[in-house]
Amino acid sequence: MTRSFREKLIRKAFFGFAAVSIIFLLLIILFLFREALPTFQFVSIGRFIFGMEWYPTYEPPEFGIWPLIVGSLVVTSFSTLIAVPLGVLSAIYISEIAPPAVKEILKPAIELLAGLPSVVLGFFGMVVLAPWLQDTFDLPTGLNIVNASIMLAVMAIPTISSISEDALYSVPREFKEASYALGATRHETIVKVIVPAALSGISTAVILGMARAIGETMVVLMVAGGAAAVPESIFDSVRPMPASIAAEMGEAPFRSNHYHALFATGVVLLVLTLAFNFIADYVSHKFRETGSATL
Amino acid sequence: MRQGSMKWRYLKQGIFLWVVRIAALIIAAALGGILFFIFVNGIGAVDWTFLTEPPRDSMTAGGIMPAIIGTVYLTLGAVLVAMPLGVTSAVYLSEYARSGPAVRFIRIGINSLAGVPSVVFGLFGLSLFVVYLDFGSSILAGSLTLAILILPTIIGSAEEALKAVPQTFREASLALGVSKWQTVSRIVLPNALPGILTGSILGIGRAAGETAPIMFTAAAFFTTRLPGSVFDEVMALPYHIYVLATAGTRIEETRPLQYGTALVLIALVLGVDLAAIVIRSYIRRKKRW
Repeated sequence: MTRSFREKLIRKAFFGFAAVSIIFLLLIILFLFREALPTFQFVSIGRFIFGMEWYPTYEPPEFGIWPLIVGSLVVTSFSTLIAVPLGVLSAIYISEIAPPAVKEILKPAIELLAGLPSVVLGFFGMVVLAPWLQDTFDLPTGLNIVNASIMLAVMAIPTISSISEDALYSVPREFKEASYALGATRHETIVKVIVPAALSGISTAVILGMARAIGETMVVLMVAGGAAAVPESIFDSVRPMPASIAAEMGEAPFRSNHYHALFATGVVLLVLTLAFNFIADYVSHKFRETGSATL
Repeated sequence: MRQGSMKWRYLKQGIFLWVVRIAALIIAAALGGILFFIFVNGIGAVDWTFLTEPPRDSMTAGGIMPAIIGTVYLTLGAVLVAMPLGVTSAVYLSEYARSGPAVRFIRIGINSLAGVPSVVFGLFGLSLFVVYLDFGSSILAGSLTLAILILPTIIGSAEEALKAVPQTFREASLALGVSKWQTVSRIVLPNALPGILTGSILGIGRAAGETAPIMFTAAAFFTTRLPGSVFDEVMALPYHIYVLATAGTRIEETRPLQYGTALVLIALVLGVDLAAIVIRSYIRRKKRW
């Protein structure tokens, strides 16, 4: 075996290993569809997605996941409203304002926040936030949209903050210097020069944060309340898709209609999160800043 | 005050700076508050018996030893599978790949895999490992599911570690007539090893805290028996917290056990994360180049 042949072989082998991620992704899609497709023998796609009733264990059962989709979208939107300002502003603080000593503490702190297990956040929402919300607003239950949105925001903030910070950090130094040289204040430089220059990175951060929130399971399973109905107020309980899957899969008889319908719900969830990821990928490539040379 | 005057501009700046500081403070307070609360409420429940004994009286008393062991098995299994795959992927991307559609495709694959919701991993593990390959609900099925979940984390940090090895090292080696593979295996990988290990430690932390992926693939509600083979079900810390907090008959009564289990899980996960962060900053400072 010649040396160059062996080198080629090694190269090919490494390529094979690198392709493993794609193979896993395809396997995930394949095996989800395998169990999901039988759903559409007993309910049409339209009725499944837009059906207003989710009563999988009734007789006759109803398999409409619209309330679950709405539940997911509602908690994701509200958590985004909370997480985006906090995440982006903290990124600005870390990258532009914080003294080095504070930065040294705050950056690892945000990493640790990202590392908190979701079941612990769900537990915290159950035992602390829920009773507080119930007492303060005089509600029948503290397990509702507000609670889930706050706890999901805690999960999404580290994602948004760290990706935004990378984007702000990579804005070329010359931009800042030019702005100061024109007599702009620090505030004006940050708001009118640095943030716009990092906007594509910040947008990517926001989209990935939303993807994180919509796919998160344990928090919504434990604190969203679990009512499979389209909510009318922010203090209503909801049953987002991941919560429904996690709560019911244990009880659904193997390969029953219910079992297949939960897999189909998983497919909808997967499609939504992959869409978020593709948009994020597109935004970060399409609008990538390539440094001062682009101006 | 006239708009646009210097005073006005500095006033706006002052307000802005405070808003930003307050945002950072809220996040720090959220982390501190959660940790403090779990610690204060959990520390009373945690003692030697709690860590070394199985649950008693239909999980209203006793300890969490089987759940700790289960989490350790699941996590180590996941890292043992994910690390070789992740490191070889990273070596390809960092050392061999030339930019082109193939690499772009692989990157999209890795990013998408990183974005798959944890409960979907659970469904996938159930469908492929538990049912199709007939592993049953077991350590093997749970570990493999978690391995795929942490693969993108491990690839990402291994790639970063490889990229941090200076280009001059590779050039010097190649200039001596050393082959590409020998350069990679004898020069690049050893220098990147600490960084790669750090990434794998972060993977451990991630895998240990996940609940949804193991719910249908590995986690047992209750078992006092320690696993005898990789085909046995195990208890796991995150699932144990969920079960105690939501499905028990005496949820209020077992609160101390719930806090205690949450504290042990947090200590495990954050301990591992903290170790990785400390090692990483140590490496960065110690770097000889």
